[in-house]
Amino acid sequence: MSENTVKLMQGNEACVEGAIAAGMRFYAGYPITPSTEIAELSAEKLPRIGGKFIQMEDEIASISAIIGASLAGKKSMTATSGPGFSLKQEGIGYAVMAEIPCVIVNVQRGGPSTGLPTSPAQGDIMQARWGTHGDHSIIALYPSTVREIYDTTIKAFNFAEKYRTPVILLMDEVIAHMREKVKIPDKDEITVINRKKPNIKPDEYLPYKVEENDFVPAMANFGEGYRYHVTGLVHDETGFPTSNHHIAENLVNRLVNKIEDNIEDIVEYEEYQSKDAEEIIVAYGATARSVKSAIDVLRKEGIKIGLFRPITIWPIAEKQLKEISKKVNKITVIEMNMGQYFNEVDRIAGKDTKVNKYNRVNGELITPEEIVSFIKEG
Amino acid sequence: MPSELINKYFRTESLPHIWCPGCGNGIITRAIVKAIDNLNLKQDDVCIVSGIGCSSRASGYLDFNTVHTTHGRALAFATGIKFANPNLHVIVITGDGDCAAIGGNHLIHAARRNIDLTTVVFNNNIYGMTGGQYSPTTPTGDKGTTAPYGNIDANFDLCELAKAAGATYVSRSTVYSANMIIKQVEEGIKNKGFSFIEAISICPTYYGRKNKKGDAVDMMKYLKDNSINKATYEKLSKEEQENKIVVGEIYKTQMPEYTEKYQKIIELF
Ligand SMILES: Cc1ncc(C[n+]2csc(CCOP(=O)(O)OP(=O)(O)O)c2C)c(N)n1
Ligand code: SF4
Repeated sequence: MSENTVKLMQGNEACVEGAIAAGMRFYAGYPITPSTEIAELSAEKLPRIGGKFIQMEDEIASISAIIGASLAGKKSMTATSGPGFSLKQEGIGYAVMAEIPCVIVNVQRGGPSTGLPTSPAQGDIMQARWGTHGDHSIIALYPSTVREIYDTTIKAFNFAEKYRTPVILLMDEVIAHMREKVKIPDKDEITVINRKKPNIKPDEYLPYKVEENDFVPAMANFGEGYRYHVTGLVHDETGFPTSNHHIAENLVNRLVNKIEDNIEDIVEYEEYQSKDAEEIIVAYGATARSVKSAIDVLRKEGIKIGLFRPITIWPIAEKQLKEISKKVNKITVIEMNMGQYFNEVDRIAGKDTKVNKYNRVNGELITPEEIVSFIKEG
Repeated sequence: MPSELINKYFRTESLPHIWCPGCGNGIITRAIVKAIDNLNLKQDDVCIVSGIGCSSRASGYLDFNTVHTTHGRALAFATGIKFANPNLHVIVITGDGDCAAIGGNHLIHAARRNIDLTTVVFNNNIYGMTGGQYSPTTPTGDKGTTAPYGNIDANFDLCELAKAAGATYVSRSTVYSANMIIKQVEEGIKNKGFSFIEAISICPTYYGRKNKKGDAVDMMKYLKDNSINKATYEKLSKEEQENKIVVGEIYKTQMPEYTEKYQKIIELF
């Protein structure tokens, strides 16, 4: 695409465009509002570039298929919403354990259960973090504009490949369905990361051996002459299952640490009006946009307030939040759930400053006006 | 002395296997490998995908591209692998619980798509790995640890299910007749489409003991005495047909294959 391609684009469309730019060539999914356009657009666009789209029988099948496709060498994605995200959790755990790169998009909707299918909600923060069983780390990204959906989708693929892990992209219904002007970056403005391949002979290949100074093993694709075994069981460097306690502990530690030790590389956030702020609001996604407008109003009235917006929602920007907590009198976490991120922010910042929350779960956006009055009533 | 087949296709470092003495799983696993050998497939081009269960542990013992997936999802993983790289010969190893209970939905849809997978069900009529609970193929009236008073569920005829759902090659055999399994797996691999091979196995440890079927030898003898090919079976009276295991080719047809159909869409552009 040429340098100055400017398009009016829907959030879900930006997700597909970003994915394709990142190298996505395989999509498997099961339709669910408000993520459906991602499937529809993938179905239309992928065969045109030699990629593959398949509508599976359910969400469990979809995540299973993208894991299989990733093993066979294709960058793969699935998209869903709340109930479908719940169904994918076992597969997400498998991808964590077997270190299979893939991207799972969750355009959130109100819950629990079938909830509010067409209304915005931010209720899957903890499901993204701890939905699957067992101890693990996870990367989850949370864009706030249509253009940012494009960028973070590319980042999601890059992190998936670099860290050999499933990456979750959390989106808000309103941004998924909103149309905004997007300037599509030129190809050479985009960084695309591909999985590291083994450069040794097949008979020397140990599929889960991590080289010194590295954090993930090199990954051969099926059909390239490296035969190996993949399992969701605890396994050693050879890939074969073991119940050796020492190996189990080392494996789980490595799976956690490959992400936690690279937080600086993974964590991304935006600060708005925060330099001289005496008070900070923490918000993400669509809510952060209302917060920005509220901050503009409050600033005009002389209130020194700013925004800290996590783009990487997991792992949490612990260091940055800790620093902020030492500088401000108050932090307010505003989100469309009952306080899922608040609990984390309070854990990190609560010892040094007062942490407040403002929440809503009725399927309506939080408006700038109500944020303004909540802060003023403080 | 390990046979040539074992040296060539088994990961001897991952042996010994976990199966009980007298279990039928080894016979079916060998038959799959023998079929691959007879067809001269390149090991690098073969992918074995299994679910979770005793039988599904076979993938770990075999020297191909192998995936031991989550319970019931082998066919969905395999669909992703085959669709992403149609050059691979993808063979699915699954149990009766794995493929007909938790994975039942994937079975009917993989068959419906007629995607080129060869599925071999190790049917031991019970959940072996979790210790003998009844499965969708446990005969009505038989016992399992979760059916202490006899199973009241109707049981599935897996071949009829696969056929009705759209499989283009369907056959059944038993571990008593190992050569038949080899032949059927060969046919399944050669069939361009979804192939379903039900291999009736024996689990002396749970199904056998719970239902007083005797030891492995008795169970094998039962398979021998009660297996009957389709043509002969159809000539029997209703009473004579009861409790018979119909073996041989159950169904064969030709339909367009899924990955090839999609390739035609790609070629439009
Ligand atoms: C989601 C999930 N549910 C349940 C289990 C427990 N489980 C493991 S194997 C199995 C049954 C296996 O039976 P079958 O497929 O007949 O294989 P067999 O062991 O008899 O060969 C069950 C219920 C699991 N691993 N995952
Ligand atoms: S429990 Fe049954 S199916 Fe499992 S290995 Fe033992 S005999 Fe075989």
